[in-house]
Amino acid sequence: MAKITLQDIRHSYLAAPQTEDDFALKYIDTVFKDGGAYALLGPSGCGKTTLLGIVSGLISPTSGQVWFNNQNVTEVDTIHRHIAQVFQFPVIYDTMSVFDNLAFPLRNRKVAESKIKTRVFEVAKMLDLEEGIHRRAASLTVDGKQKISLGRGVVREDVNVMMFDEPLTVIDQNMKWELRSKLKELHQNVGTTMIYVTHDQTEALTFADEVLVMFEGKVVQSGTPVELFEKPMHTFVGYFIGSPGMNVLPCQVRGDDVVFAGQPIQCSNQGAAVSNGSANDVRTEIGVRPEFVTFSDEGIPVTIRRVDDLGRHQLVHVQHDQYEIKLICPEDAPIPNGSAAIQFDQNRTFLYADSWLANEGDSR
Amino acid sequence: MINKTIKQSAWLFVLPVVVLVAFNALIPLMTVVNYSLQETFGDNVFFWEGLTWFEQVLNSDRFHDAFIRQISFTAIILLIEVPLGIAIALCMPKKGPWVSVCLVMMALPLLIPWNVVGAMWNIFALPDIGLLGRSLNAVGIDYNFTQQPLAAWATTILMDVWHWTSLVVLLSYAGLSAIPQAYYQAAKIDGASQWAVFFWIQLPKMKRVLTIAILLRFMDSFMIYTEPFVLTGGGPGNSTTFLSIDLVKLALGQFDLGPAAAMSLIYFFIVLLICWVFYTLMMKNEQQ
Repeated sequence: MAKITLQDIRHSYLAAPQTEDDFALKYIDTVFKDGGAYALLGPSGCGKTTLLGIVSGLISPTSGQVWFNNQNVTEVDTIHRHIAQVFQFPVIYDTMSVFDNLAFPLRNRKVAESKIKTRVFEVAKMLDLEEGIHRRAASLTVDGKQKISLGRGVVREDVNVMMFDEPLTVIDQNMKWELRSKLKELHQNVGTTMIYVTHDQTEALTFADEVLVMFEGKVVQSGTPVELFEKPMHTFVGYFIGSPGMNVLPCQVRGDDVVFAGQPIQCSNQGAAVSNGSANDVRTEIGVRPEFVTFSDEGIPVTIRRVDDLGRHQLVHVQHDQYEIKLICPEDAPIPNGSAAIQFDQNRTFLYADSWLANEGDSR
Repeated sequence: MINKTIKQSAWLFVLPVVVLVAFNALIPLMTVVNYSLQETFGDNVFFWEGLTWFEQVLNSDRFHDAFIRQISFTAIILLIEVPLGIAIALCMPKKGPWVSVCLVMMALPLLIPWNVVGAMWNIFALPDIGLLGRSLNAVGIDYNFTQQPLAAWATTILMDVWHWTSLVVLLSYAGLSAIPQAYYQAAKIDGASQWAVFFWIQLPKMKRVLTIAILLRFMDSFMIYTEPFVLTGGGPGNSTTFLSIDLVKLALGQFDLGPAAAMSLIYFFIVLLICWVFYTLMMKNEQQ
């Protein structure tokens, strides 16, 4: 178990990176606390897997340092970092039995055979692999094979960190829930630091205490699921987290006022408008989640375009000018016909400058 | 109600294939069967002999000796070429400009006509003028493959290894290249040694290509003719007279067409049987 510190990490797969775009990881500086459950969330190609590779030592970063507790492990090879990692697609040793597969990481580390036996059966029980444990691993279905991979990941208890790289991609939908809760349970029992990579927000939010949202090689925000939902630091976070994502609308800043399509808007970070919104070269946007948009008697005039019944609530698509805005209403709320007016919750409406939350995003 | 049209003329579409197979496989094979069961003195006059030729061949010391030489030769070259081929494939670069260089180097021996290989090695190994022969004698090794059976065997084996190891290398290399990177990464994380990676990942993943490589090398070496014929002509004495060399001597040298036909069929069935047994064993394991 260890605290993992990534210090000024940059990585490029090219031998001689020239521009910023050549870097798969542009700048990562983050700490994974000992015993924490983290999720790395982001779209394909944002650098999640690269980041895991750097922690596990499979990839050597172009620059920056990796620390486990107080030890600089940047130059330490994978085997001596004592980590566990599960990959997206099952990796099994075809010619071994299920038991031998699970025992393999322990045998390589010369653990006593009696101890191996108890531990392997514990893990097999947890993952429902007990039945047919002495069969050849190659004979299992893809679900079963991935469970073996997971099992080899969790069979060692003394690891510094367990990493999961979208491990449930190939797993059947019902089983996903079950395995995810097993992993969560395992985390509570052994308290190993865990990093879970996914592009599925539900998976990230249910598994992790802290979610790091990655976008184009950077961590754009890290925080609890609630923080990510309530106060996105970057329009990407607003868009990526939540279903549907945040409404992001272009606006102008005139003196103290924020104006969207001719309508003055109150934002919770209004003060920031003065400091950095008025400059001409900054692209300003307001962001408000559909949950915080409501119909009202007066406000922004809109036309109702479509209503989707999502069961517990309704998703209403409305239009003002050429801009589409989404709002979520309770399932039994009356939806006005044709035209109406909407209002944004002032405390939940944010001003973004160049995609970052104005003022607070400045430092980046 | 379904009215199924029956047209016998559809057979015409199959006819070209039937004719092709008949002329290139069935008829020639049946001719051999024909000869193996009869005695002829020419002029298309045949006398029925039944299984006499088969009994004669199977009971002859000459056939036994050739068979033992053949099976020993095949076993030796397989034992050398397969491990050596795998070892070379493992050492080859995985990416970069050297990959194509290595592949071309490896493919070169395979592109040389068989009789040229025999002639090359004959000259190369001659004790008086050949580079290999002279060098060996110069360092004090008494080497003359035209007179010493052991030297003749060593040279023949060396020639075959030189000529055909590349095939095993190329197939193994293809097998190795197909292993996803994640396997090596997982093995690193599991703390596997180099040896464990080879034994538990690389070897199992290469199994299919190795099966093909062994089958090809078995069949080719078991039917080897041209190279030893050019190199040693089957000698000294009969020491490198393998089955096909013996067969040609019997058929074309002595013109014993009956026994030669019987021997051909026995030879054919041995190859078929060994391939079938080997393939079945390998694939049966696969499905478990």
